[in-house]
Amino acid sequence: MITQVSTSLYHQLLAVFEEGLTSKGHLEQVVTLRKEAFARFKESGFPTTKMEDWKYTNLLPIVSQQYLLHDNIPGKSVDLKKAFIPGLDAYQLVLVNGHYRADLSDSITEDGVFISPIEDIVDNASFLKHFAQYADKTDNPLVALNTALFGGGLFIHIGKHVTLEKSIQLIHVTSTSEALFNQTRNLVVLERNAEAELIESFITNDDGTGLNNIVSEIVLEENARLQHYYLQIANEQSRYLNHTEIQQARHSLYNNYNCSFPGAQFIRNNINVRQNDSAVESHLYGITLTAKDQFVDNHTIMDHRMPNCESYEWYKNITQNTSTAVFNGKIFVREDAQKTNAFQQNNNMLIGEKSVVYTKPQLEIFADDVKCSHGCTMGQFDDDALFYLRARGVGEISARVLLIHAFAFDVTEKFSNIKVKAYVDRLIEQGLVID
Amino acid sequence: MLSIKNLQASVDDKQILKGLNLEVKAGEVHAIMGPNGSGKSTLASVLAGREAFEVTCGEATLDGKDLLELSPEDRAREGLFLAFQYPVEIPGVSNINFLKTAVNEIRAYKGLAPMEAKEFLKRVKEKQKLVEFDAKLANRSLNEGFSGGEKKRNEIFQLAMLEPKLAILDETDSGLDIDALRIVANGVNHLRSENNAFILITHYQRLLEYIVPDYVHVLYNGRIVKSGTKELALELEEKGYDWLKESVDTEESAAL
Repeated sequence: MITQVSTSLYHQLLAVFEEGLTSKGHLEQVVTLRKEAFARFKESGFPTTKMEDWKYTNLLPIVSQQYLLHDNIPGKSVDLKKAFIPGLDAYQLVLVNGHYRADLSDSITEDGVFISPIEDIVDNASFLKHFAQYADKTDNPLVALNTALFGGGLFIHIGKHVTLEKSIQLIHVTSTSEALFNQTRNLVVLERNAEAELIESFITNDDGTGLNNIVSEIVLEENARLQHYYLQIANEQSRYLNHTEIQQARHSLYNNYNCSFPGAQFIRNNINVRQNDSAVESHLYGITLTAKDQFVDNHTIMDHRMPNCESYEWYKNITQNTSTAVFNGKIFVREDAQKTNAFQQNNNMLIGEKSVVYTKPQLEIFADDVKCSHGCTMGQFDDDALFYLRARGVGEISARVLLIHAFAFDVTEKFSNIKVKAYVDRLIEQGLVID
Repeated sequence: MLSIKNLQASVDDKQILKGLNLEVKAGEVHAIMGPNGSGKSTLASVLAGREAFEVTCGEATLDGKDLLELSPEDRAREGLFLAFQYPVEIPGVSNINFLKTAVNEIRAYKGLAPMEAKEFLKRVKEKQKLVEFDAKLANRSLNEGFSGGEKKRNEIFQLAMLEPKLAILDETDSGLDIDALRIVANGVNHLRSENNAFILITHYQRLLEYIVPDYVHVLYNGRIVKSGTKELALELEEKGYDWLKESVDTEESAAL
């Protein structure tokens, strides 16, 4: 069923694939996966608001225009200043319009670490084992599209027992003067007992419209530990469709800190965590501060499949002006997932009188011996608290900043990296619209 | 120091203060008593600048500065302090960070550089001791999970830290047990000096046994209807407010 025969981008993409633009030098296995994925996308088309998961998230205006499908100036110089995090000592990896730029990136020489542009991988057992095995199992048409037609991205492989000495900061730069559609594909594998911190910053150069469709698959093998940050600070011309699929094996730990700030006009994040074995722990934290007519949608799935696992999820939205935030938190507790301990909390502060929040906790529990709790609050600025602070001599602006930090505190205090925490606190402060 | 003349104020179009006059000089402690609904807390809120209250007439000056024209923060920076009847819990704002911000914003207003961290901490320790305020509480989120007594002590701790010219204590004694009351009163007595002044708003004579006022006023129906010395408080404790209410009500109806 093709519901959007009229969308320009859809037809552009159809034409491109049928011209046979894919499968340069890849193994037959990968080529087959990409062809199958394309067939799926061709059939479904872009998601529409008729789909429950896209009810509030209308892609139609975004995909109804023409885009360049390839960066017209590869190798252009870019400005990375905006992604700078004071005091952070990290390996810097840079993707410009989805393509890895070795000239802007640090080489990581630690033993057991393998990093390669995804399009260059021809034969790698770990890559072939995991590539397109997880995200494509979901019904997100954007994943199928990405699998079929991604242009660049990274394969990051951390070998067993390796603890990375420094964090990796992966900077996604969108740089274009014309409307450009980027599709980036990442695969991150942490082998047994590996440990890493991955900080992804999303920034923009130039003022052309950039539509980014980014899919990341993350595999944590036994006892692997990953701290994973999303820092979304792109400008108003940019649009992001992110899908992150995490696979966790026994005793592994995955922490995601998903932060969005005023800027990018349209953001949809899917973060799906699959606990595939027992004794797994996952934490999902989110802080979203929106302004103007921004739209930020966070859809998470916490999938408890096996017994004795824990998950902890806390998302905070602060909406200003006429912006919109969406939170949809699905928690599955499958039949086998006895003794699950799952917690979910979503708090919203609507500052803009005309701002909107849609929130939906969605718990589906099929096991009977579990502990699951969820809560959701909607509120505004606490005028009593504001007056209390002002009555002590704290100016109105400082008082508002203090209160916003306080609201975000439950989430920001959980940040494992204090440099990133301080940076995020500052971005919150800078993102406040004081009139 | 504080001069209030013919102050009239209303909330939601209902007039609460109906021409209140009060003069407070440096070094003095004034107690304002009165039955429920007489306008005591309204007076405190109006002076501190709470937005819900509308001043319809009259003036209030602090050392010549027109308070009613200033924002709540500027009133505080000019040296006014209100100890809240119901201190607000603000999870996520640390007591100490908040105080540091307050101290430094008040200093900036006076053209002073921010206080050195070392000096600030020294002052914190000194004042904590003065008001017997647990250091653990000082490091927690502002009033979060504090008992009623701890919240009131935190108000006095803040008072000690900010060293205002004029402090208004709005029913600081309500909900306090004897020990907490003694601690709060000791704190205030230590802070009393010839350069500052206090207004104690209270229902009970009990507080005035610990903090001895120079003047006692009775507020009724939005006006001060009787003023005297500390003996007036004792008289009120003994007789209640009814005898005063009656004479005032008779006077008012006679005037009509």
